[in-house]
Amino acid sequence: MTTEVPPDGTAGGHDLPGGREPGGRAPGGRAWSAPLMGRAEEPTLFELSEPGRHSWQLRTTGVPEWSAEELLPAAHRRHEPVPLAEVSERDLVAHFTRLSHRQFSVDLGAYPLGSCTMKYNPKVCDTVASLPGLAGVHPAAPAQMSQGWLALLVELEEALCAVTGMAAATFQPAAGAAGELTGLLLMRAYHEARDDRRRRVIIPDSAHGTNPASVRIGGYEVTTVPSDDRGCVDLAALRSVLDRDVAGIMLTNPNTLGLFEEGIEEIAAAVHDVGGLLYYDGANLNAILGVVRPGDMGFDIVHLNLHKTFATPHGGGGPGAGPVAVGEHLVDFLPGPRPVRLLHEAQESAASNGTGAAAYGWAMPPRSIGRVHSWHGNALVLARALTYIRVHGGDGLRRVAERAVLNANWLRARLSSAYDVPFDRPCMHEAVLAASTLKRRYGVRALDVAKRLLEEGFHAPTVYFPLVVDEALMVEPTETESLQTLEALADAFERIATDAAEPAGAEAAHAAPRTTPVGRLDEARAARVLVPTFDARADVGKQGASGP
Amino acid sequence: MPDYLPHTDADVATMLAFLGLSDIDELFSAVPHALRLAGGLALASGEPEPDVLAHMGALAGANRAADLVCFAGAGAYDHEVPAVVRALAGRSEFVTAYTPYQPEVAQGVLQAVFEYQTMVSRLSGLPVANASLYDGASSLVEAVNLGAAASGRGTVWVSSGVHPHWRACLRTFSRGSGHRIVEIPLVDGVSAWPHDPALRGDHEPPGVVVVAYPNYLGCLEDLAAVRRIADAHGSTMVVAQDPVAAGLLRSPGDWGADVVVGEGQAFGMPLSFGGPYLGLFSCTMAQVRRLPGRLVGETVDVAGRRAYVTTLRAREQDIRREKATSNVCTNQTLMAVTAAIQLGWLGTQGLAEVALRCARGTRYLRDGALGMSGVSPLTGDTPVVRELALRTAVPARTVIDRMAAEGFLAGVALDELTGEGGDGSADASAAEHGLLVAVTERRTLAELNAYLVALEKAVRP
Repeated sequence: MTTEVPPDGTAGGHDLPGGREPGGRAPGGRAWSAPLMGRAEEPTLFELSEPGRHSWQLRTTGVPEWSAEELLPAAHRRHEPVPLAEVSERDLVAHFTRLSHRQFSVDLGAYPLGSCTMKYNPKVCDTVASLPGLAGVHPAAPAQMSQGWLALLVELEEALCAVTGMAAATFQPAAGAAGELTGLLLMRAYHEARDDRRRRVIIPDSAHGTNPASVRIGGYEVTTVPSDDRGCVDLAALRSVLDRDVAGIMLTNPNTLGLFEEGIEEIAAAVHDVGGLLYYDGANLNAILGVVRPGDMGFDIVHLNLHKTFATPHGGGGPGAGPVAVGEHLVDFLPGPRPVRLLHEAQESAASNGTGAAAYGWAMPPRSIGRVHSWHGNALVLARALTYIRVHGGDGLRRVAERAVLNANWLRARLSSAYDVPFDRPCMHEAVLAASTLKRRYGVRALDVAKRLLEEGFHAPTVYFPLVVDEALMVEPTETESLQTLEALADAFERIATDAAEPAGAEAAHAAPRTTPVGRLDEARAARVLVPTFDARADVGKQGASGP
Repeated sequence: MPDYLPHTDADVATMLAFLGLSDIDELFSAVPHALRLAGGLALASGEPEPDVLAHMGALAGANRAADLVCFAGAGAYDHEVPAVVRALAGRSEFVTAYTPYQPEVAQGVLQAVFEYQTMVSRLSGLPVANASLYDGASSLVEAVNLGAAASGRGTVWVSSGVHPHWRACLRTFSRGSGHRIVEIPLVDGVSAWPHDPALRGDHEPPGVVVVAYPNYLGCLEDLAAVRRIADAHGSTMVVAQDPVAAGLLRSPGDWGADVVVGEGQAFGMPLSFGGPYLGLFSCTMAQVRRLPGRLVGETVDVAGRRAYVTTLRAREQDIRREKATSNVCTNQTLMAVTAAIQLGWLGTQGLAEVALRCARGTRYLRDGALGMSGVSPLTGDTPVVRELALRTAVPARTVIDRMAAEGFLAGVALDELTGEGGDGSADASAAEHGLLVAVTERRTLAELNAYLVALEKAVRP
């Protein structure tokens, strides 16, 4: 394991032994993406534009060619077209292909971004999402004409209920944060239906930032409880803030420290004792698939991040899907309309052949909180998730959790001498390490470690989160990385720590990354001299640097 | 055992030995025994991909709507999505990346989003656009939150010409925000804004005024009148813009809008049974620090090279936590990138041409339909752009069922669109007989003529 990072990032340094690795394993899986990524600036599409060029081609229709003047009142008409770029199709392809070469992705290499579950996204799901019979269906098509979609949604709902131990689910929330807000509105509706006005929701100090933000937007006040020295919710502190003003608690389990909340049964009993509800943030569900279910832990409301646990691609920051599953006592409040099964299974085949009444329809829950999406949620994302679930089945999902936890623990154990381990016990799907010693001794911070990893051809872990850990490095390898890749990743981590002890190494860490399309950015300038559009750049150029 | 796991049995054994464990179950020792799932998940065994594809293909085959010629709209339109857009937007570097937390290796997505923001800003006529929200409805909810914060008042006047589902979402989320939603009725398809006397009594003036342009019935609203109301009360003016019709219309920014939202599905996203779509959001520079979601800005790297990064991060939930004004984290970035590619493909002339062709087809259909007995306009003589509401002699749902047999998705029945929580825009019988029809640039003269023939038959009692 002596691969050096050449300062210019060329592939010349990538001289892996041609034979087998120590231990006889094949040398595959050593991600090395940096040389693939171009390092010259790419002009914007607007700079590539030349008036008169075009890409568009539209269908020949034969519809009479009335002018805009004949079609629209003068007061409403625009006088000049909306200025967009004018490029040939060839230039359009070149531009976005070059941009794609300036982008790291799961398909390119390991992406151990903690809390984000950047697992491999099976290609078969792309095929499913592009089936014309799914992608070509209008969302307002009557139920009789969209029976396949309704059947798909009902099947997925049943699968997600099996995984979570809940009674029913809504698919409308488009992402995890939307699921959180939906869950909080369900909590509110549940209490209000019992004429019970409560004002507070409890959140551990290790929670994702979306939790407290959702609580506020859901109209509640946040009460934060600290973690104990084992990284779990401090039970005594929790009990001290529980009363009949508490609407519920939001928990991630395993929590954001990658640890299972060992006291979950006590937590559930204590919250339920004061009439509160338990909300499960599904960000970390990948760790416990088939092992333990939120419903069995005592949770009343669960959101899932299908783009994490069920491998739907993250899309550079969405689309996600954040379905919310609930216990029997909350089903009547779910957003609607919901897809429902109308007939028994025996009648379904006749129905799908068009020989009987529709097997599936829409229903509005009697005390629904209402809509939370323009239509039915991110439907094509849902189709991908069902595909993933069917390929794996119950056994396969359990294996997913086992291998995810195995990978994280292997990495944690392997790196425990080179890095600080704030909570020294087995983790679940992710390991929280820290660079506090490196920082104290050599001035090399978590951010520097992250940037050096980019040079090594890996995506960086999540840094500075959870907030309760100093110089946190949150590493989630996921189950789809091989032992070879884990070894290469661990080697890179160790090399960075070892090098940091030398002045030249620490300097290199501060200068990193040097092999990526751009180096470290002037983020302060981006906020100070705001240039959110190409047009703003021209304005800044004219007026000199001035903030908004 | 179909899966995507790389571990050999030997790998697992090696790794367990390294951890000093003898069994993989020991990894879960922190999970209390009483809670553990006995007997595994109640799911079928895994199936190899070809079997799963066959199942999913059968489900897809059971969607008859996919085979119908689409005249349905209501915020989801059958526009051209060319091969080049599908190919570029499907590149796995865009598809399998995540939020650009490490900008040095995310310049591709960041620059594409910067270009997207520029295009959305030019469409709306406002200087700042964010990196996307979930859909049109979520953009509207965020716009109302921004507007109420800016004006300091939570009373919201919402035109009933705003999409019924978006208004439903506003009502849902107002339970958390405490906003008071006042729905303004339509007369002849346009908003009948209350005169000042209606403000007397104990109601506060509106902090936010929301109008759609054109509205969901296809009609052109008087934005100058909305601006006057906003000026009179110090309200934030929010316009829900149809971004395709924008190719022909003065921009909302030009009319004085403070916030412009919209549904971006028309820019490269298939109908997709309603998602993933794209929430468009732009605002004035004065409101940029209240902007929800992510924002990409240009800067330079250490070597002075032009580069892009998410900026004004201090607004966001992961930093502000309970003080954040929006909880948005994951948005619809891939859809924003797709829209940038589609708008790059359309270009200046292409967008104008698409809008013009939609308007021509809509005019042709309107002229043909209104000459029939059994069909009348639902919105009087009010000008429409790319969508129109018809009153049919038989219930709209009957028309849709009958025309499906002729190969058409005839439109959207207004009562089904508005039936989830009441609607101030029309009485019940009008809604039951209201058919919302959209004509895109993909509809040919032959399709339009066949549609009209089928419609004439379908509206007979």
